[in-house]
Amino acid sequence: MEDEKDHALPGFEAEAKDNSRRNFLKQSTLLTAIALTPGTAVKAAEMGVGEKIAEAFEKMPIKMEVNGVAHSLSVEPRATLLDILREQLDLTGTKKGCDHGQCGACTVHVDGHRVNSCLTLGVMASGKKITTIEGLAKGDDLHPMQEAFLKHDGFQCGYCTPGQIMSAVACIREGHANSEMEIREYMSGNICRCGAYPNIVNAIQEVKAGGQAV
Amino acid sequence: MNDQLNKPSSSTGMSRIDGRLKVTGAARYSGEFTPAGMVYGVLVGSTITKGTIKSIDTKAAERAPGVLKVITHLNAPKIAGYQVEPGKPEPAKGTYKLFYNNKVLFNGQPIAVVVADSFERALFAASLVKAQYNTDPHHTSMQDNTGAFAPGGDGTTKRGTVDAWKTAPFKLEQEYIIPSEVHSAMELHAIIAKWDAEDKLTVWTKTQGVQDTRDGIVSIFKLPKENVQVNSKFVGGAFGSALQVWPHEVAAILSAKVVKRPVKLLLGRADMFTSVGYRPYTWQKIGIGATADGKLVGITHEAVGQTSTYEDFNEEPIGVSRSTYACPNVNTIYKINPLDIGSPTWMRGPGEATGAFALESALDELSYALNIDPIKLRLINYAETDPESGKPFSSKYLNEAYKLGADGIGWDDRKQKPASVSKNGWMVGYGMGGGMFGAYRDKAAAKAIMMADGTLIIQTAVSDIGPGTGTAMVTIASDVMGIPADKIRFDMGDSSLPLAPSQGGSSTTATVGSAVYQACTDLKENFQKLIGNGGTDKPDYAAVLKQHNLPKLEITVDSSGGPERDKYAMYSWSVHFVRVLVHPTTGVVKVDKVVCVADSGHIVSPKTARSQIVGGAIGGIGMALMEEVIIDDRYGKLVNNNFADYHVPVNADIPQIEALFVNKPDPYINPMGAKGMGEIALIGMAGAVANAVYNATGKRVRELPITPDKLVGMELELS
Repeated sequence: MEDEKDHALPGFEAEAKDNSRRNFLKQSTLLTAIALTPGTAVKAAEMGVGEKIAEAFEKMPIKMEVNGVAHSLSVEPRATLLDILREQLDLTGTKKGCDHGQCGACTVHVDGHRVNSCLTLGVMASGKKITTIEGLAKGDDLHPMQEAFLKHDGFQCGYCTPGQIMSAVACIREGHANSEMEIREYMSGNICRCGAYPNIVNAIQEVKAGGQAV
Repeated sequence: MNDQLNKPSSSTGMSRIDGRLKVTGAARYSGEFTPAGMVYGVLVGSTITKGTIKSIDTKAAERAPGVLKVITHLNAPKIAGYQVEPGKPEPAKGTYKLFYNNKVLFNGQPIAVVVADSFERALFAASLVKAQYNTDPHHTSMQDNTGAFAPGGDGTTKRGTVDAWKTAPFKLEQEYIIPSEVHSAMELHAIIAKWDAEDKLTVWTKTQGVQDTRDGIVSIFKLPKENVQVNSKFVGGAFGSALQVWPHEVAAILSAKVVKRPVKLLLGRADMFTSVGYRPYTWQKIGIGATADGKLVGITHEAVGQTSTYEDFNEEPIGVSRSTYACPNVNTIYKINPLDIGSPTWMRGPGEATGAFALESALDELSYALNIDPIKLRLINYAETDPESGKPFSSKYLNEAYKLGADGIGWDDRKQKPASVSKNGWMVGYGMGGGMFGAYRDKAAAKAIMMADGTLIIQTAVSDIGPGTGTAMVTIASDVMGIPADKIRFDMGDSSLPLAPSQGGSSTTATVGSAVYQACTDLKENFQKLIGNGGTDKPDYAAVLKQHNLPKLEITVDSSGGPERDKYAMYSWSVHFVRVLVHPTTGVVKVDKVVCVADSGHIVSPKTARSQIVGGAIGGIGMALMEEVIIDDRYGKLVNNNFADYHVPVNADIPQIEALFVNKPDPYINPMGAKGMGEIALIGMAGAVANAVYNATGKRVRELPITPDKLVGMELELS
């Protein structure tokens, strides 16, 4: 762990926050928005008891390590790991393609395993180690899978690529890259609409055959 | 044959210049910028298909935490470009106008936008907006709206005698259907709109053309052209879906104006099925006749395509029958059928891919009727000159492409008799199908700047939706200037750069590449002038600048095609060869082997060109075997609006695909001799697959996609 950071919504000024908070507290219809909120907290909000309480029941503190950096975050329980990475941590390398776990563009590693970050709530990732595409290279030295994707042109538009690469690394680590057929099967959770599949398979086979640590 | 250039592998040639940014996650797409104070917009879609909004309750949404504004047709500021001049009638047809009135024209039409300080809050508040409607009866099925056909552009034509095919000794008439398909690029359409002043706007948006998008915004919002800046440096696929300014872009720009903050708006995956166009459902009928020795007598090609009620969308599915083969008598009929669904738009191989499925299937059917090999039948009717205009082709080596492809797939192993080969319990079949697409060259400009350190900067406003435009442009510049690619920087995706058309119609390399070629040629010439007599062809540019005490040398050139287009017919051609395995019990079709050949002039960038052909072929496999929009016509609602239900090819569906290139330069189209290949990569593929399925099973599926249920119902067995 290198350092610890606190994050507000990126680029968001205090004025906007105050404004939204004010609205939040004066409007009793917020009840519909927070059906699971404990009654006492709601009452406190209705009585206009300060913003800290609102913050307390609206958001939850989480700690997670992303690409070796420890983060203490305050997140809504409904916020997905994907949206937290992209909108709060500005790690936009992890892509949003469907929000339904159907395309794989959002694939990241959670404690070393590939996971669809769009189907993972941020609160579920608390205490976990996350690796995104931004954390794969060692400084200027690309990960062998990144090199292989470049060499074999394993992409065109590049949007599914971070998810493909995270999945490809996991595919080898899991021991699911022993044949072309096996790679194709275990990479089928990552859609590439540009149609780079054969090149992706070639890239993975090359890394697997190279025997480097992934 | 030079294998490196004609038969590249996935690792042949120069890697993408922007590849490093893409594999490290550093490439930022439209929705991935964070201007200070940015807030989030989420659209609310109509839940009915046709009618009017009776009332719309936004109170709950407005009171929800973090909500800054809810905009509907009731409170939206007037959009200048939507307004009709006083005294003039409302135009009967035209682009959809967001929040213009209370009318609902299709299911999922945006009826409100909610702006809040976080994505989650905007998304939740959007769920609280409730509308009451007066519903009208709707039509969303091509079958139950047959009375409303309108003529489709100028698609009704004749050459020679009408219906001459009927007089031929060998003839057939069949109907072919393609369902509507959705582009489904992986990147969701996204925009960030930021007003810099009352009449000054910057947007980051997904577009195939930053300048066309700028001009579209200028026309909708009536802003000074110089005050609108459009950025789109990385585009996560588009395939035709980002060639116009869509309602969600208007919504974001409008919202940003109202809340006085930058607004980010991403469509959800479900919205991608209803809000940014699709390939229209098209019914086709082909009558085709030939003499016993295979000479075509006549083709009648009829098509009815889907459009919306508010906009006429015409493409040219029937054009392929006029231009692909030498045939003296061709007549076409094209109509459009207005449905209560959002407008269709261009999708990769627009019109041609649809038409080629029908024509290449019909030709295959004819080959069996005549008992002539399908390649031979095509060679018998090979067009040596353009059948439509009579002009000579600028270049055409399609016959060589047939040969390359046939050798590649092992066509000799194909049995002319269908349903006669089985292997490991699977029926085996071979098929082929071809495509063609006009080779265009539009106007473009490019700026070339040689810096003091010997770095060359090339600038033009083109977008790259994935084919590798920057890589091709740098390759061209590197060849002309004689400097390595890593000394060249390519700036693009910025509307303030020199003129470039939208990336579409397979014309970017021919158009923008020519401008880059010209800019570099002229810049090099200016260096030669500085050097005077005795200069080398590839001078040390940095040394020359230093010697003349110049910080840089730059030039901007305009480029366009010349009169050669009047003399020659210009096309790219492709031919796809497929081997399929069909399981007789389950009806599952596996694409087992694919060889695609492109006759598209000189190949500028072999690695990216190969990927483009492979990718197009995969799009064609999706079209052939799985892609189909399904609408519940009772409600007019699209029911398979996600990747679990709308199937696109995944890795397990796709074998290794061989891409071959004739790679002979076209002497007339542009200085590089390069023709387009984005469209031809897909056009003809669906027909090739359908033809292979027939060869394997003896069953002809004329309605795409060829799903197992269709084949199971046909009782497959070896003949």
